[in-house]
Amino acid sequence: MAGYATYDYDVLVIGAGGAGLRAAIEAAGAGVTVGLICKSLLGKAHTVMAEGGMAAAMANNDDRDSWKVHFADTMRGGQYVNNWRMAELHAKEAPDRVRELEGWGAVFDRTPDGRINQRNFGGHRYPRLAHVGDRTGLELIRTLQDHTIYLGVTVHMEHTVIELLVDANGVSGALAYDRERGRFHLFTAKAIVLATGGVGRAFKITSNSWEGTGDGHALAYRLGAELIDMEFIQFHPTGMVWPPSVKGILVTEGVRGEGGVLKNSQGRRFMFDDIPDNYKPQTASDPEEGWRYTQGDKSARRPPELLTRDHVARCINREVKAGRGSPHGGVFLDIAWIREKLGNSEEHIKRKLPSMYHQFKELADLDITKEPMEVGPTTHYIMGGIRVDGDSQMSTIPGLFAAGECASGINGANRLGGNSLSDLIVFGKRAGEYASQYARSRKPVQVDPAQVEAIMKGSLEPFERGTAGENPYKVQEDLQETMQANVGIVRLEDEMQTALTALDGYWERASRVGTLGHREYHAGWHTALDLRNLLAVSEAITRSAIERKESRGGHFREDYQEKVEAFGSVNVMVKRAADGSMQVTRIPIPPMPDALKQIIEEQKS
Amino acid sequence: MAEATFRIWRTEPGGEGGFQEYRTAVSDGMVVLDAVHRIQAEQAPDLAVRWNCKAGKCGSCSAEINGRPRLMCMTRLNQVNLNEPVTVEPMRTFPSIKDLVTDVSWNFRVKKGITKIKPRKPDFADGTFRMAQRDVDRVQEFRKCIECFLCQDVCHVLRDHNKHEEFIGPRFLVYAAQLEMNPIDTADRIPELKADKGIGYCNITKCCTKVCPEHIHITDNAIIPLKERVVSRYYDPVTRLLRLFK
Ligand SMILES: Cc1cc2nc3c(=O)[nH]c(=O)nc-3n(C[C@H](O)[C@H](O)[C@H](O)COP(=O)(O)OP(=O)(O)OC[C@H]3O[C@@H](n4cnc5c(N)ncnc54)[C@H](O)[C@@H]3O)c2cc1C
Ligand code: SF4
Ligand code: SF4
Ligand code: FES
Repeated sequence: MAGYATYDYDVLVIGAGGAGLRAAIEAAGAGVTVGLICKSLLGKAHTVMAEGGMAAAMANNDDRDSWKVHFADTMRGGQYVNNWRMAELHAKEAPDRVRELEGWGAVFDRTPDGRINQRNFGGHRYPRLAHVGDRTGLELIRTLQDHTIYLGVTVHMEHTVIELLVDANGVSGALAYDRERGRFHLFTAKAIVLATGGVGRAFKITSNSWEGTGDGHALAYRLGAELIDMEFIQFHPTGMVWPPSVKGILVTEGVRGEGGVLKNSQGRRFMFDDIPDNYKPQTASDPEEGWRYTQGDKSARRPPELLTRDHVARCINREVKAGRGSPHGGVFLDIAWIREKLGNSEEHIKRKLPSMYHQFKELADLDITKEPMEVGPTTHYIMGGIRVDGDSQMSTIPGLFAAGECASGINGANRLGGNSLSDLIVFGKRAGEYASQYARSRKPVQVDPAQVEAIMKGSLEPFERGTAGENPYKVQEDLQETMQANVGIVRLEDEMQTALTALDGYWERASRVGTLGHREYHAGWHTALDLRNLLAVSEAITRSAIERKESRGGHFREDYQEKVEAFGSVNVMVKRAADGSMQVTRIPIPPMPDALKQIIEEQKS
Repeated sequence: MAEATFRIWRTEPGGEGGFQEYRTAVSDGMVVLDAVHRIQAEQAPDLAVRWNCKAGKCGSCSAEINGRPRLMCMTRLNQVNLNEPVTVEPMRTFPSIKDLVTDVSWNFRVKKGITKIKPRKPDFADGTFRMAQRDVDRVQEFRKCIECFLCQDVCHVLRDHNKHEEFIGPRFLVYAAQLEMNPIDTADRIPELKADKGIGYCNITKCCTKVCPEHIHITDNAIIPLKERVVSRYYDPVTRLLRLFK
């Protein structure tokens, strides 16, 4: 049996996207020893791909903005099943978290008077997204990365955690393999912060990279932690639909924020045809008003293209299904039309949306300053995740913290664009802070060597089966097809039951996957090991979606199309039962303090 | 569906490498990375390749395609001649790990050695700074860098002369330039650029600029201005004088 290297830290952070880096910075600042693990090289995590910006009520572009408005927007977007405490903390603390980035080297786009410039985004009442063109995620991750490397944090790049360990007092460590050599590494730690990002790879069409296999969700689940809101997946309305190989790659909402409009094959701006009642007071009544809004006219209301993502995605879905789609099965997103309004529109577009220009030019041979794009929904983000305490970010397992996309609560049923990047830095910081506090008072950790041996042995089994086993890529592909077809944008009880049956089959096939070769940098082996994570989150998504017999936010049921009040006061929670099966329960949302209720009422008009 | 042949560099553990040919189906709109992935899924599950974003944003998939340093995810198959085998090999300036994956850890060490940002005091009590857009345009150009290290791969000072210990390479000259030109930064990196960062090794061949997928004007906008600062500080009172009269 292979041996393993060992490391010991006070705080171990798993994941080096925005949330993990921010947690590591905070923990290092608190004076504890910190280890940081990530599956890719430093600086390549999903966060690097974020485009549009990060939301913070700094009120630089419109002084009517405040944390209260941001809080109310977030709750409305989340259809009021959010963890209101998190929504409150997020709205209050995001401005400071964004500002401190400048001292660490971030260089945001500026307003004419030299402040951080903020742009409009769907569901945000005022221009609120601090940004750098359409590469805000790159700016965020690079700033945090370049700050972290000087702080004495030990970074273990290209390491994948395959299991978490516990002792009598709580979480005690993590077992990982390194991609380069395929060797095992045991990390003992007094506290662990999970910051592993999302689950997009459970679906066929996604904006997520190979990393998005729900590892953190599954690791925590296997330890007995509670996951909530797993039915709430965000299908981003605008992913590329052509060419086939880039299907799903994101087209930032910033395109619509800058004046881009959605049209069907008949040239109709179909978003004007379906504006939900609770958004009517804030939505433009005609295209002209919408255009003025995108150009910063404070008396204008936003165009319907900037309604929440779940709604826009369903409208696009409907147009395509009704036969009014574009040639490659999407709809048209047109920014080129602004030439009617602006003399220098081509330069303007290239300046505001440089990476979108580049992306379409290079990948689809299309000049967005001249022609409309074709876009359609893509699996983008999971609102659900590890259930945490709003203040400390600790999960239901002592010493196990979670932050960023793998944690749940702030977004409720639907996330507003730009609220993720700010979530990462607000709650990344909090997780780092509370994890280091916890680590200081925790008893020495214990690890059971026999358990470590067993995990290592299990993870090497695919090599023993060799080509006699199932091809792991094939199982992954079939799983993605199933989830895409049966648990996607529009859901039905029957189809989801079909998916559950299929998942049973994939669990069985996953236990038989095999691969050949050596352990060094072996993608087939890695895919084989990822499967059980993908399967666990897929099952959690499906079971939770069956449980929520209503439509709300990112969760739309064809068989229960309306919102049901009773579901407005509960979260669906999944947990591993003693016999290993997945247990689904509804848990009540704690009542909101009156002060917060009042803010929501005030902002309703 | 049409087929094409790819000659992909494969290595033995700890040992030698060589090209291996694979035929695979290709279709409209595919990029080189798609072909590599298809080969991986269908014929060579242990083929090692780095990637993340598939959209030219993360800088993971750097390789040499038909001898040219490029991002695999941004190289469309209609840009290469499919009538002949397409060669795909790792960046040659860095040690091999396996197949298309190289050991780029040197880059991370180099960055740590560069003096970090030292911000001036915030302009306002709430911790905010004021900067004009025109003063940050240049810095933002440099901050577009996705750390693909293709410029490092192509620079002859590193590739042919192996000056890794004495020269930080174009990527980190861009990094240093970005810090030097940040309006709120107060640190001075000119002495270190001249000394152990080895800016003098660059003889402005501009090969780095040509391969940069982010189209950063590495030489004209970053390296030459830094060189000028070094020169005017250390060598050239005349230039300094002349500039006064310009
Ligand atoms: C194309 C795109 C555009 C977006 N644009 C925006 C935007 O404009 N505004 C916004 O607010 N949000 C945006 N989002 C969403 C946002 O980018 C993500 O939600 C956010 O970056 C997630 O950050 P994170 O820190 O939680 O995780 P990630 O950045 O996903 O990082 C996860 C980290 O965990 C590591 N990891 C995972 N599993 C393991 C394991 N088993 N072992 C070790 N390490 C592991 C990974 O290697 C990685 O380092 C966008 C998303 C996409 C895909
Ligand atoms: S210009 Fe300088 S840094 Fe760039 S490739 Fe040539 S020698 Fe290297
Ligand atoms: S400067 Fe350009 S070529 Fe060099 S690492 Fe950055 S993006 Fe790549
Ligand atoms: S995969 Fe990100 S740049 Fe190619």
